[in-house]
Amino acid sequence: MDETDISFFKDGLRLDGRKADQLRPVKIEVGVLARADGSCYIEMGGNKVIAAVYGPREVHPRHLQEATRAIVRYRYNMASFSVEDRKRPGPDRRSQELSKVSREALEPVILTSFFPRSVIDVFVEVLQADAGTRTAGINAASVALADAGIPMKSMISSCAAGKVADTIILDPMKEEDNFGQADLPIAMTPNGDITLLQMDGGLTPDEFQRAVDMAMKGARDIYELQRDALVRKYSQMVEQPGREEVHVCD
Amino acid sequence: MSVTNVISEIKKDFIYNLLLKGERIDGRTFDQYREISIQRDVIRKAEGSALVKLGSSQVLVGVKMQPGEPFQDTPNKGVIITNAELVPLASPSFEPGPPNEMGIELARLVDRGVRESKAVDLGALCIVPGKQVWIIFIDVHILDDCGNILDAASLGAIAALMSTKVPAARYGLGEDYILPIRDIPIATTAIEFNDVLMFDPGVDEEAIANTRLTIISTMNGNICGSQKSGTGMLKPEQVYRIIDIACEKAKEIREKFLEA
Repeated sequence: MDETDISFFKDGLRLDGRKADQLRPVKIEVGVLARADGSCYIEMGGNKVIAAVYGPREVHPRHLQEATRAIVRYRYNMASFSVEDRKRPGPDRRSQELSKVSREALEPVILTSFFPRSVIDVFVEVLQADAGTRTAGINAASVALADAGIPMKSMISSCAAGKVADTIILDPMKEEDNFGQADLPIAMTPNGDITLLQMDGGLTPDEFQRAVDMAMKGARDIYELQRDALVRKYSQMVEQPGREEVHVCD
Repeated sequence: MSVTNVISEIKKDFIYNLLLKGERIDGRTFDQYREISIQRDVIRKAEGSALVKLGSSQVLVGVKMQPGEPFQDTPNKGVIITNAELVPLASPSFEPGPPNEMGIELARLVDRGVRESKAVDLGALCIVPGKQVWIIFIDVHILDDCGNILDAASLGAIAALMSTKVPAARYGLGEDYILPIRDIPIATTAIEFNDVLMFDPGVDEEAIANTRLTIISTMNGNICGSQKSGTGMLKPEQVYRIIDIACEKAKEIREKFLEA
């Protein structure tokens, strides 16, 4: 799609009033599902995504077991009503690719060797999509893993940069993604180790570098929000013991 | 979870020790590609085809075209459909059945190169606006997986497209003509292992490394696609270094094999 006749900037601000390097509003809630071992609901702009973690638990089918470590499964799924034109339910090629790269974004920090022959299942449901669902999914999944008590080296935070009207922007929204010139999602640890990097569109090597820098800055901001959300939930639990899964025996 | 090649610990150690000395198992330098050969028009029944050999890796790409309905949101544009078959004949780790995520990722990356570089002018493939357009099927057949089949497949796809003749006569749409190609995207892949970056990994090198980065660059030296794959991490500086070398390598490959 190369329709570039819509103007992306008005008085230096974007269609939704943001500056070029500004994130959309983010809302993170921890522990929103009762059955899951860990869960997280996230809103990033118009995206509404929920993630659940089950495990470590027994692997089915059995032949997928690994003798020395847990396997990680990640299922990215879009609800059929999450997009303008109804999406046919079930996995398509796009969601299978996203599941793969998202899993590989999280796996480097999960201490899988602690749980041989088991599986850690991560399920991500996109309820409403507005560009950036994979990054929202990874952010939610990372928080849900922490909520499930899965040992990790660090959290993973994810954010995209893009290019519209020859300007590098942070966290593209739907219009900017559809009619923009490039999209570059990343995921990383708080130390700046990159665990996901994808790109499509057109960027010069210099722009590529600036887009990575900008996306990393966004991911750092998101990390603070993820951390805050976890601290919020678990400090609450300390104040009101016995409210959640804390059981005291006499 | 994904099917990977098994490699013995002894071989792993051997590769690792060589690496510490700055060497690779087949004597290449870290940024050196294996020998490349591209044979075009190997399948007469296809509208375009190419057999790519990258070292011992072999990939056959066939292009078929037929008129069909456009997508609703692009009524005046042709359609590209890319598919990859990782047939069991190509590797002990490939299994029959529907494509697994490795095959899907491969096909989508080949597609990304062709699409994002705008190598094919889809606007020129409209026959009757809103009703009939040309559909291009790019089918990647992996024949022998000796490592880095992604670069080989991408090379095969663009080479096949460059030799594609639009079969207009067969469908009563005038005379056959050469499919116009506007760009030559080249995918270059590097793996990272112990802080060493190795381009065009062989199958054993792929088995020891768990991080891979592919950069797809266009004729003007820009980047039109990239993908990190595998369960490792990359430092930003490593990413930028790979980009530098990748763009240079892509230029060499493009000039040597594709620009007549």
